[in-house]
Amino acid sequence: MRLLSEIWTVIVMNVQSLPRRIWMSLAAVLAVSVVVAVLLSFLAMSNGFASTLGGTGSDTVAVVTRSGSQSELNSVIGRDSVNIVSTAPGIAQDANGQPIYSAELYVVVDGIKKSSGTEVNIPMRGISPTGFELRDQVDIVAGRMFEAGTNELIVGQGIIDQFSGFDLGQEVTFGKTRWSVVGVFSTGGSAFESELWADARMVQDLFNRNNSFQTIRILLAEPGDISGIETMIENDPRLILDVDTESDYFAAQGEALEGIVYFGWGISIVMGLGALAGALNTMYTSVASRAGEIATLRAIGFSNVSAFFGTLAESIVLSLVGGVVGAIVSYLFMDGLTAATIGPGFTQVVFTFEMSPALFQNGIQLALAIGIVGGFFPAWRAARLPVVTAFQKMA
Amino acid sequence: MKDFFLVFKNLTRKPLRLFLTMFATFVAFLIYGVLTTFQVAIDAGVELSADDRLVAVNKINFTQPLPISYVNRVKGIENITGVTHLNWFGGYFQDPQNVIVMFAVDEDTFLDVYSEIVLSEEEIANWMQNQQGLIAGKQIAERNGWSVGDRVPVNSNIFSQADGSSAWEFDVVGIYTGADEQADVNSVYFHYDYFNETQSFGGDFIGFMGIRTVDPSLNETVIKAVDDMFANTPFETETVPEKAFNQAFIEQIGNLSLILGSVVFAAFFIILVIVGNSMVLSIRERTGEIGVLKTLGFRSRRIFFMVLAESLLLALLAGALGLIATSAAVDMLNGLGVLQLPTLVLKKEIVLEAVAIMVALGLITGIIPAVNALRLNIITALSRQ
Repeated sequence: MRLLSEIWTVIVMNVQSLPRRIWMSLAAVLAVSVVVAVLLSFLAMSNGFASTLGGTGSDTVAVVTRSGSQSELNSVIGRDSVNIVSTAPGIAQDANGQPIYSAELYVVVDGIKKSSGTEVNIPMRGISPTGFELRDQVDIVAGRMFEAGTNELIVGQGIIDQFSGFDLGQEVTFGKTRWSVVGVFSTGGSAFESELWADARMVQDLFNRNNSFQTIRILLAEPGDISGIETMIENDPRLILDVDTESDYFAAQGEALEGIVYFGWGISIVMGLGALAGALNTMYTSVASRAGEIATLRAIGFSNVSAFFGTLAESIVLSLVGGVVGAIVSYLFMDGLTAATIGPGFTQVVFTFEMSPALFQNGIQLALAIGIVGGFFPAWRAARLPVVTAFQKMA
Repeated sequence: MKDFFLVFKNLTRKPLRLFLTMFATFVAFLIYGVLTTFQVAIDAGVELSADDRLVAVNKINFTQPLPISYVNRVKGIENITGVTHLNWFGGYFQDPQNVIVMFAVDEDTFLDVYSEIVLSEEEIANWMQNQQGLIAGKQIAERNGWSVGDRVPVNSNIFSQADGSSAWEFDVVGIYTGADEQADVNSVYFHYDYFNETQSFGGDFIGFMGIRTVDPSLNETVIKAVDDMFANTPFETETVPEKAFNQAFIEQIGNLSLILGSVVFAAFFIILVIVGNSMVLSIRERTGEIGVLKTLGFRSRRIFFMVLAESLLLALLAGALGLIATSAAVDMLNGLGVLQLPTLVLKKEIVLEAVAIMVALGLITGIIPAVNALRLNIITALSRQ
């Protein structure tokens, strides 16, 4: 008990005396906060990207692609395959007993990225009214739906934000054909919002796709249950296809930016070592400047354990303050920031940086690690400071 | 010389603090070195593009095809020395994640237009003779353990053969190097005929054309001639200089230089604060000594420069160590060969820039304590003891 109260007294003394070493202390705080801010910015980037793609797929929809195609862009499915697959068991049916599915095209057109002014790949999806209905969360937020059989298209909200040339009412030229933008749709922040949607048959014509498609979206009778379609594909040698629930399909693609996480951690740890050197410097200086104080306490009967913990606590407090400041700065500047990068489908994906409590915790852990290591060795020195030497130093 | 000895003694008087401060500086220059090398390697793809080469793609987007008949029509255009065509194959070797940057090309014209690809006469002859032969860049060949004479199966995630299989068999007949040390040696090229005869769909189409002009000054004329030729057809073209094409391709990823630049800036900001503080502190601790030096007749200016020299020496020493470590790290990263990037090279320009930053850092961190020392009044200095 006595030891605890001793430690507490020393901690309070140390923290209260911080203003005396204000510049050194601020340097340590600043260094830690920059490291944490850098780490969290990278993590928020990859987190936002993963949650955009992760939030794209639905559990009630199955995606069928050509086997081994890896992305919608590379897939090709003929009309005949579409017809066969649509008879598979486990597909939800409409009021007339017809299976609910949508054979879709996925092609790439040029758009201009606002931030760089350069041409980038924008995905254009050929879709049917059923395709529109089987996606939940789709809403026309401005204008209206395209009319089947016309050169009309609707654009996702992300497109409007990040790319120029697709505003409501504008005319767009692809090759020889002119299209008009008649509506803007939202899908609750998912990757579909980075797409242009138009009538599947018109897109087939424009891109000389005859009667072929790239994916089939199928509404499942039982959410998550694709076994009926799977069995059919396995047993029919004509079907060289893959099937997955849409949520699994996109979650796998969301891992594409995982490299950013490793890069972010790698850079932050290396920078953290630099900040650690700063923290050690600060704390050794602190111990040196408090040598007299520590010796006095020891002389009046305080144990060296209290000197140890007092120093350690000071270091941890400084690092934690740095960590919190870094996290707040990164939250203020990064959270909600919208950017676009090339996604696994070889097209632009608009995503939003997203901070989360788990990321915040990561940042604080890094700060804490710097504080503990940066305080431990100086604390060790403080604890072993011989009383006599300390007084000599003071003199 | 005597001054230098004093500076050195001052610098090394607290070895632990010196070590920590130097370590922080070292880390910052290591980060600077590695990230800048990355940046330069990424830019190399753009910098090394031939000025006299154009890329003609489908106007809708470069992923859309062009009819193969276009190549012959472009041949007739004036002011060009050659035209060839390439088709993205979507290749991967063994694992779908192991992407092979691979194009089906027209062997008769390819090496004329892409003359930076260096192959021996024998390798070229073998490639011409072997319909299933491929030529691979040095880096990608090493990464996959290919050598001349190997027979390798490569899969495509786009095309499949008539029997539904997505694997093609190839003979490695040549391993090419680049004319420049940072040239792209990460791609694979094979015969268009082999591709076109065995794939199951989309025959007689090509991905894009590479066009070599007589002189870069004629680029605009050729661009106009090509694009006008195919205007108002179902496959309009968009022809751009290769440099612009590569630049736009990198921009698709995002503003990489901004991200890398911000990290480097953050790293330098940290050490600026740490080193600056530690310099101020160590000079303040020496207030008395400076008073003594002044009493002994050292001019204020001399002391001013000694303090600056100390911080400069610190920055240069630690920075140099950081660059040495960078060079080792770059070798290691190149050796890993996991990066789909041109070879990383720690260029002279990067080193010179780093030295300039070291000098700036030394001056900035030293200036405040140096001015303090300059202004220090002997009486105050000695009475503070």
